[in-house]
Amino acid sequence: MLDLFGDPNIWLPLTFAALLGVAILVYVVLDGFDLGVGLLFPFADDAEKDRMVASIGPFWDANETWLVLAIGLLLVAFPPANSIILNVLYLPVALMLVGLILRGVAFEFRVKAPARWKPLWNFAFFWGSLQAALCQGFMLGLYIMGLKVTPVHLGFACLTAGALAVGYSLIGACWLVFKMDGHLQFKAVRWARHGIWGAVIGMGAISIASPLVSPRIFEKWFTLPDMVWLAPLPLMSLACLVVLWLSLRELPRSDHKWDWVPFISVTGLNVLAFSGMAYSFYPYIVPEKLTIYEAASAPESLIIILVGALFVLPVIIAYSALSYYVFGGKATALRYD
Amino acid sequence: MDALLLSRIQFGANISFHILFPSINVALAWVLLFFKLRYNATGNEAWHDAYRFWVKVFALTFGLGVVSGITMSFQFGTNWPGFMETVGNIAGPLLAYEVLTAFFLEAAFLGIMLFGMSRVPGWLHTLATFLVAFGTLMSAFWILVLNSWMQTPAGFEMRDGVAFATDWSQIIFNPSMPYRIAHMLLASAMTASFLIIGLSAYRWIKGDRSAELRTTLRFAVTMAAVLIPVQIIAGDQHGLNTLEHQPQKIAAMEGNWETATHVPMLLFAIPDEKERRNLFEIGIPDGASLILRHDPAGEVPGLDDYIAEDGTVLHPPVAPVFFSFRIMVGTGVLMLAVSWAGVFFLRRKRGETRWHAENLPGWLVYVMVPMGFSGWLATLAGWYTTEIGRQPWLVDGVLKTHDAVGELAPTMVLSTLLIYLAIYVILLGAYVSVLFYLAGKAARGDHVPHSPKAAPLPAE
Repeated sequence: MLDLFGDPNIWLPLTFAALLGVAILVYVVLDGFDLGVGLLFPFADDAEKDRMVASIGPFWDANETWLVLAIGLLLVAFPPANSIILNVLYLPVALMLVGLILRGVAFEFRVKAPARWKPLWNFAFFWGSLQAALCQGFMLGLYIMGLKVTPVHLGFACLTAGALAVGYSLIGACWLVFKMDGHLQFKAVRWARHGIWGAVIGMGAISIASPLVSPRIFEKWFTLPDMVWLAPLPLMSLACLVVLWLSLRELPRSDHKWDWVPFISVTGLNVLAFSGMAYSFYPYIVPEKLTIYEAASAPESLIIILVGALFVLPVIIAYSALSYYVFGGKATALRYD
Repeated sequence: MDALLLSRIQFGANISFHILFPSINVALAWVLLFFKLRYNATGNEAWHDAYRFWVKVFALTFGLGVVSGITMSFQFGTNWPGFMETVGNIAGPLLAYEVLTAFFLEAAFLGIMLFGMSRVPGWLHTLATFLVAFGTLMSAFWILVLNSWMQTPAGFEMRDGVAFATDWSQIIFNPSMPYRIAHMLLASAMTASFLIIGLSAYRWIKGDRSAELRTTLRFAVTMAAVLIPVQIIAGDQHGLNTLEHQPQKIAAMEGNWETATHVPMLLFAIPDEKERRNLFEIGIPDGASLILRHDPAGEVPGLDDYIAEDGTVLHPPVAPVFFSFRIMVGTGVLMLAVSWAGVFFLRRKRGETRWHAENLPGWLVYVMVPMGFSGWLATLAGWYTTEIGRQPWLVDGVLKTHDAVGELAPTMVLSTLLIYLAIYVILLGAYVSVLFYLAGKAARGDHVPHSPKAAPLPAE
């Protein structure tokens, strides 16, 4: 079983790196839209806030589970990498967790606590979302910079922090375009149009900085013939951006036929950007220090997890799909009965 | 203070805060399924209303459990890198299975359970309730398997200081696992039933006389009264299992310094670790021997046996284990008294019928309100007993706690600890006050719109 696909010390770490990548990517897209909705809170009035939360209420919990899966995979498949990364990122991780706690409980408290506290919990929802998004972006920046803590790297991390927050609000706005109608959809289209610029700046900064920081990454992208094979990545990203921009120019439309286009194109953009980053860093899991092969757990343990994952993941995808189907269409108020 | 102690306090604070919510919800999920099935079977609106009130409590509790659980998953890496580096090959798959088989299941069907009643067919809503309950149970199962393995490791071998799995069935069915799971699930059932008792008593005091309230109160009192003797038996069996596999923990729980026969059961004492003796002992002669060996002349292990030749202490700190054990048992006795008194008075024929909540004397109703949180106290005290009782080991006989802690600046750990503590205090206050607010609102009768045409409440 172990040497089914050749050397288990090669294919198992690779498989788990792929799983980890998928978990992070799914997390960024899914929690991206519900964190993004939180980030857009200050621009909405009270009735709009209720509808915005109703559009993410049934999903946010499962969305955040992908973060637990991602950190869990890093923890169980690459323990030394987990230790190094989380040791450097100790403070931003803690602050991100506080942010996630605040916004997570605000979902419940804002409607269950006495009405006079609602503005406070609304603020906690926005603030928690912002803090979580900024911390995640900050950690992303430090990771790209090779987890070194110098003023320049911290400055770059601050830039990616802002960019990721704007990026999340773009995903959130596109989600709202998809799930809303009427005036709120009109507003969401406007938010999304503004958000595009943040995404372009953020992705541009990362695309320019990564090869500059690491000669290895530079070589991976800018030597022939690899450059030709890789060309579709930036080109397709550009195509996604154009579709996003054009669709937002046309929306909202009264037939609601194309409301899903912005969300799908922004998701495509995410997938492409993430694939590019994964390509840049492979085979390293701690940039320039530790490869996935050096950091992986024992094959005996990984295979146990893999077998379970292969059975369970399709089921997870199936019932997640059921949930999105049940709560599909334009969001309406959530009720317990 | 050093990073070790601060990291321990931080982990303790995180996990103590976290356990409050699953300890309610693991059992409350099954209670909700019961309410739902009763409603399906009888069509009695009281069960339906009970479901609709308690599902709100469940949702609130679930939210707090989820976010505090996410914090837990990061703690291993941020503060305890040595844990995964040493025993990751065993802990890893167990944690992964928890995420894969439990977390996603709960999270995906929670949406349908909470907000799906009018969107999906009735059977699917009942199924969603069942799957959420099943998910919470799976989650409890896997994490308790791991915890039990840390207490009584089995099915592995050490190579170059790293644990490798040799037999997964031994790892999963390690010696303390069945006892710990039974004890914890019953603890959850007690915590949930007393929370229902407490909030129902509060609603009663506030003048609520609805059929729903009468039904749930009767249900919860009965549930607690039936399960508490079972819990006492399970706890006793768990204790005997600990005596076999972790005698040093039992010695600390009993406050017994020297291995001896005819050891008394101490009702009170102040263990003095410097002098290695107890102050102000009050005990029942032969009590500990009788409980642990079922024989007055039975031998009870003593703490002095767990000092290595070089003077290293290999037993846990005595006073915290000694006292938290007594708090757990004392709270359990109170819970027994209150639930049995409840059944006694409910059953007593006064006026027209048995099982009428009017039969409860006023003082008992007032006692029931604070007892609503007795499950938390007993559960926390029990966890402190078993986890502090595991020290100085992180994994018994394999890995010491101080060898697993990460290299962090104490000021950094202190700052995050203070942030977490502040958040936890605020959230705990908000949680408890919202519970009473929801109960008060229900007592005023404005919580359940009976008519399906009632105005939609946004996301409530």
